[in-house]
Order: sequence, then structure tokens, then C-alpha cells
Amino acid sequence: MISLEAVTKRFGQQDVFTNIDLSLERGEIIVIIGPSGTGKSTLLRCINFLERPESGRITVGDVSVDAQQASRADILKLRRRTAFVFQNYGLFANKTALENISEGMIVVDKMPKEQAHARAREILERIGLSDKADAYPAALSGGQQQRVGIGRAMAANADVILFDEPTSSLDPQWVDEVLSLMKQLAAEQQTMMIVTHEMQFARDVADRVIFMDEGQIIEQAPPEELFTAPKDPRTQRFLRKILAPTGLSLP
Amino acid sequence: MLNLGYMWELLPVLLSYLPLTLQMATIAMLLALVLACLLAVIRVTRVPVLNGLSLLFISFFRGTPLLVQLFLFYYGLPQLVEALVSINGITAAVLGLTLHFAAYMAESIRGAILGIDRSQTEAALSIGMTQSQLMRRIILPQATRVATPTLMNYFIDIIKATSLAFTLGVTELMGATQKEAASSFLYLEAFLLAAMIYWIVVEILSWGQRRLEIYLNKAYQR
Repeated sequence: MISLEAVTKRFGQQDVFTNIDLSLERGEIIVIIGPSGTGKSTLLRCINFLERPESGRITVGDVSVDAQQASRADILKLRRRTAFVFQNYGLFANKTALENISEGMIVVDKMPKEQAHARAREILERIGLSDKADAYPAALSGGQQQRVGIGRAMAANADVILFDEPTSSLDPQWVDEVLSLMKQLAAEQQTMMIVTHEMQFARDVADRVIFMDEGQIIEQAPPEELFTAPKDPRTQRFLRKILAPTGLSLP
Repeated sequence: MLNLGYMWELLPVLLSYLPLTLQMATIAMLLALVLACLLAVIRVTRVPVLNGLSLLFISFFRGTPLLVQLFLFYYGLPQLVEALVSINGITAAVLGLTLHFAAYMAESIRGAILGIDRSQTEAALSIGMTQSQLMRRIILPQATRVATPTLMNYFIDIIKATSLAFTLGVTELMGATQKEAASSFLYLEAFLLAAMIYWIVVEILSWGQRRLEIYLNKAYQR
């Protein structure tokens, strides 16, 4: 229900990736891992055209867009089918936690304000921040801000939520609360695509792990397979390096 | 020595012209604010053609003296456009002040927009907002807050600049002072009094400005 066909992205003369193919089932959770600068985030950002791919086709639910002919309306439709969680939260600084969550429902989905606020309160309860409804982002901890960021994505009722290194800019003490919220979403069969360096998390929740290197999908497999018996030497090298300090074992 | 008795008698006379001064300044400020926001958004989003025109507009109105602009509108333009022959001094002055200060304010607002971190823009786009929803709901409210101290300074400048309207035959505070002084020959008293009135108005505004800034910053306190 989500698919990327031959998606190519270039920055100037530099190819970030060429002809990437990838597809997800409804309810599937995939985690993308790999060294920094290999285009993982860019790939995620191409799905909702925060970065415009040079070519390829992107399909989310019943919206299918050819990158070379994508109109403004196409891009808007695609964005309304997806939601995005940012590494540095991207919360609206002039809006409270509640308003950050309800904003899209009011402005984009044209939901009446009372209804949107009621729904935002439900979401606040699910993300454990009912008592922070009226707090502005500046008054929230990093972990709380990111949970609001996830709450905002939940409110979008998207076919897929895209997570771009959601815990990378958090202080260590806030990482767990964000990861456990994501696990909660996973348990609810929310379709997710996650770029992260949290290997244990990837092992726990991913249905499929994708290893990317230098703009290519090198290998993809269920986590138990990819983490214990990686086939490609590049995957092996990467995992050995990244898992060594964590104490997770590799054969 | 100052003729204090004369000043005391003149005070209510001059004060009766203060409302016109404040009205002209307020209308010019509001119109300039709207125009400045438009220009700033055009500049930031680089709307084709309009961006070039905005640059030209800003360059002209910052690059030429306000007094020259006022004379152009009041005395010059009616020569070209028949309908403007009946333009009155107040309208010409408000128009001139609006365009002149919009050019300055556009640059402050543009700076404030560029100062808002990119991730909020991306977040708004990612939930499917259009460019104009993003501007109206997220960017401009924050940019105006950042720009408020500067914009208030421009408002103060506008109030003082309304005094130039007397050169277009408008009897506002300055025009009235000029007339009174000419008939009494007590120039020092009359202009000193006018200066005091402007000064006090500006001081009251500065006090309001501080209160406004405290109010606007409440969302950003830890």
C-alpha cells in the first residue's frame, strides 16, 4: 500500500540514491539503518516531497505521484496521506501542546475546533501528556516535545508515519519515553517507516530492517535474520562496529 | 524668558490637533504593516516577477527622502493622473507614510521570517498545510513577535513623520503650531510646546511597547 518505484534523488551533481524500490504493507513497520550520510533521511523526506526526487513514482494508499510530473496539488495529497516526525521535533513555537496536535485537524482537515480539541485531548492522554495541554514547547523537555511531535503525527490519521531519527537529538534520559510511545504505536498496527540508530529498538519492533549504504539498499530482512545472520559484508561490518559498544552480540 | 502664560493658553489649542496626528499615524501604520507583510512574504518565497517589483519598490522608498515622496504624491502625480487632482493633503500624507514605512518594515519582517527555524516550516508542510496557511498560522505570528520592537520604533517614527504633512497644507499638530506661532511671534514657546507633546506621546507609547513585549513573550518562557 506504500511503494517507491525507481526513486532517484540528486543534490546538484551528486547522486544521493538512484532507482530505489521499496514497498510496505499496511501495518508493517520497517526500520532503516546504515552509516550517516547514506541517504536514509533523504529517502524518507522524498516520500512526502520535503525533498523533491528527480524521478520515480511514489504511492501512498490511493495517491500515486510521478516525481517528474508532480503538481502542487499532488504533493499536498501525498502529504495529507503521510505524517512526519522530525529529529528536532519541529513543534510550532507559538502554539501550545494541544494546539500543536489540533492544528492540522483544524487547518488541513477542516474539523470544527471543539471536535479537534477533543480529539487532541485524547491523543494527549495516549502520549501521557494530559497535564501539559496548555504548555508551550519552550516549557517542555526534549522527550515531551518529541512525544507532542508524535502526537501531531498521530492526529494526521496518516497511512504511514515517517520517523526521521526521532531520538537522535534527545538527552539520553528522554530516549526511553519516546521509544516506548513508538512501541505503543507499533502494537496498534500503525504503519511506520523509521530511520534510527537505536538497534535494540529496531530488533524489538521492526517487521523488516533495511540496511542502506552509499545510496543503495544493500540488504533487507526481518530483524532476527538481519541482526544475527547478515549476508552482505558491508552489513556485517556496519553491525559489528555499531553493536560492539552496546554489548549486543553478533556471530 | 519663556511666556508661560501663553504656553498654558496654547496647550488646549494644540492638543485639539493631536487626534488628527494620531489618526494619520495609526492608519498609515496599519496599512504599512499589511503591505510590509505582503512584501516580506513575496521576498522570502521569491514569487517570480513580484519579487523583482518588491525589490524595486523597497529600493525606491528607502532610497529617497520622505518629503520628496510626499511632494511627488501631492503635487506631482495629479499632473499624470486626472483623478488625483482632488487628492487632499491628509490622504496624500497617509499614502506617502504608508509606502515609505512599508518599505522599511518589509525588511524587518523579512529578517524575522528568516529567523524562524526551518523545521517548523517543514513540519507545517508535512501535515499538509499550504504555503499560505503556513505563513498565516505559523510563520507570520512568530515573525511579528520577533519584529515587534522594531515595528514599534517605526510607529514612533511615523507619528513624528506626520509632522511633514503640514507641508501639504494639512493642519495637524505641527501645522497648527506653525500657524499659532506665526500669529503670536512666540516661536520658541509654540515649538517647544509642540516638541513636548510629541515627546510625551512617544514616551507613553514606549511604555506600551514594553508591556506588549512582555505579553507577546509569554509563550516562549521556560
